[in-house]
Amino acid sequence: MALRLLIRTAVLLVSLAVSSVVVFAFMAVLPGDPARVALGVNASPAAVAEMHHRFGLDRPLPQQYLGWVGGLLRLDFGTSYVSNAPIGPQISDRFQVTLWLVVTAMVVAAVIALPLGTVMAVRHRRLSGLLLSAASQVGVSVPAFLAGILLITVFAVRLGWLPSNGWTPPAQDPAMFLKQLVLPALSLGLVQGAVLTRYVRSAVLDVMREDYVRTARAKGLRPMQALLSHGMRNAAVPVVTVLALQLVTLLIGAIVVERVFVVPGLGSLLLDSVSNRDLILVQDVVMLLVLAVLVVNFLVDLLYLVIDPRMRVAAR
Amino acid sequence: MSSQELLAAAQPQGEPHTGVGGARRAIGPSLVVGAVLVVLVVAMALVSFVWVPHDPTLVDATHRLEKPNGSYWFGTDKFGRDVFSQVLVGARTTLFVGFVSVGVAAVIGVPLGLVAAVAPRWLGDTLMRVNDIVLAFPALLLAIMLTAAFGQSTFVAMVAIGVATIPSFARLIRSGGLQVMGTEYVLAARVAGRRTTAISLRHVLPNVGNLVIVQSSVSFAIAVLAEAALSFLGFGTPPPTPSWGRMLQESQELLFLAPRLAIFPGVAIAVAVLGFNLLGDGLRDYLDPRLEDRQ
Repeated sequence: MALRLLIRTAVLLVSLAVSSVVVFAFMAVLPGDPARVALGVNASPAAVAEMHHRFGLDRPLPQQYLGWVGGLLRLDFGTSYVSNAPIGPQISDRFQVTLWLVVTAMVVAAVIALPLGTVMAVRHRRLSGLLLSAASQVGVSVPAFLAGILLITVFAVRLGWLPSNGWTPPAQDPAMFLKQLVLPALSLGLVQGAVLTRYVRSAVLDVMREDYVRTARAKGLRPMQALLSHGMRNAAVPVVTVLALQLVTLLIGAIVVERVFVVPGLGSLLLDSVSNRDLILVQDVVMLLVLAVLVVNFLVDLLYLVIDPRMRVAAR
Repeated sequence: MSSQELLAAAQPQGEPHTGVGGARRAIGPSLVVGAVLVVLVVAMALVSFVWVPHDPTLVDATHRLEKPNGSYWFGTDKFGRDVFSQVLVGARTTLFVGFVSVGVAAVIGVPLGLVAAVAPRWLGDTLMRVNDIVLAFPALLLAIMLTAAFGQSTFVAMVAIGVATIPSFARLIRSGGLQVMGTEYVLAARVAGRRTTAISLRHVLPNVGNLVIVQSSVSFAIAVLAEAALSFLGFGTPPPTPSWGRMLQESQELLFLAPRLAIFPGVAIAVAVLGFNLLGDGLRDYLDPRLEDRQ
């Protein structure tokens, strides 16, 4: 178990190092000089040289790389080429916004998927179960940004119940915050919920075939009773895994949904910095998202070792 | 076991075989509906080569924002371009990006998975760890990075989606290949003195062929989604080539005026994704008798 943990941690660290090199290399081979882009075509050679020096762009690439990674490790994200402001505070502000969105969406997905998926599994041979399956299949096929546009059409345009876009920090105006959170969180959560429903269904179906559930049924429990009292804990393992891994999907999905609803989150920051050619910012945000992906995967592996004793044996 | 393998293990699949009926191949409703939808999208793309009611890129100020009518079946957009023609030609863009990116992913991912399956354990494991690193770069993120570097183009979108799809092929083929490597006929071939290369080409590859077909269909659905998202963000196919994602993006500012402009490309995207998803599910049930029994 300890060895296993050590190996996984080493793999995580190596993966992080390799991906940081990849991200850096990408931005380093970019055609075009960031200083020229930031200062404009008419900038004097002296101004360009001065900016190169200030941002360390005149140093050799390996040194630039180490400078960047070293900064990240000290939570120093550097200074924007375009606005000249430190990047750290921007990222933490934007990340909070995205976190609200992602966590709410995850709750929405779980609230939809857990009961529906269970019902689909219990009634998998009946019409109602099949119809729910078909509905979830359709839900999986709708991208979150399309769901967002459809939700805007119905709830903002037709009914006028909710604002079509915008963002208000919760401390400033809680009521407005909630109103503006509903549609973006729903569009991410509904789609993710449709995906999750299918995993819940298959996890519950697996458990329903286990002997201990059959025994419970033989004792006279109804299918749902047998499942709730004996099966749920076992079905929870794969479902929790998928739920955690979906965090990553939601984080990436939020990039597009933030654009739809003009939400100033991490995704908007990334897209804006791409169009401003603010490369250091692009580099930082991409690295942060990659870090999130790798860490979530790592934690899920650990979680598995902890939850499921059988895995521990297998891992030895 | 890595998290991705866990995810693959938790993958929703057909119900396990209940033991009655033997290896009967079932053409399920998923296969039929999926095939019909895919054929529909392919037909739209093919038809657009020989016939479109209007030039989809023709800007016509006298016919702006027309409602659907006899001449403009789906109406016109804010530039007076025919929406129906754009949807038809958009199918071409979608399928083109899908074919190339899934093709790239399969051509690289399948040999990679095969090597990882037949090679010594340490090499296979190392390849899979590299695979995990690629997995940390989702298609959208990769495309955003590539676009920042090389500008907006269809090529960039295809490369990004293709590279991001490689790991799913490699992983699947490896786990399928490992199963085949454990069979008695492979052992027999080894004993008979066959080389590893010959074994992987003669025995392993044909046996994982079904997996490749199923994975291609499922990946195609993901590629369609990714392409639509990229075009929506302005990172995919550049204008004026019609693309469903960009039609959606252009429709957004007019939602209060003409929501139908979002409906048509939106339905097209959903139909294409649903079609390839169902086709993949249906093929899985059809090709793998163990997973059948889905009445």
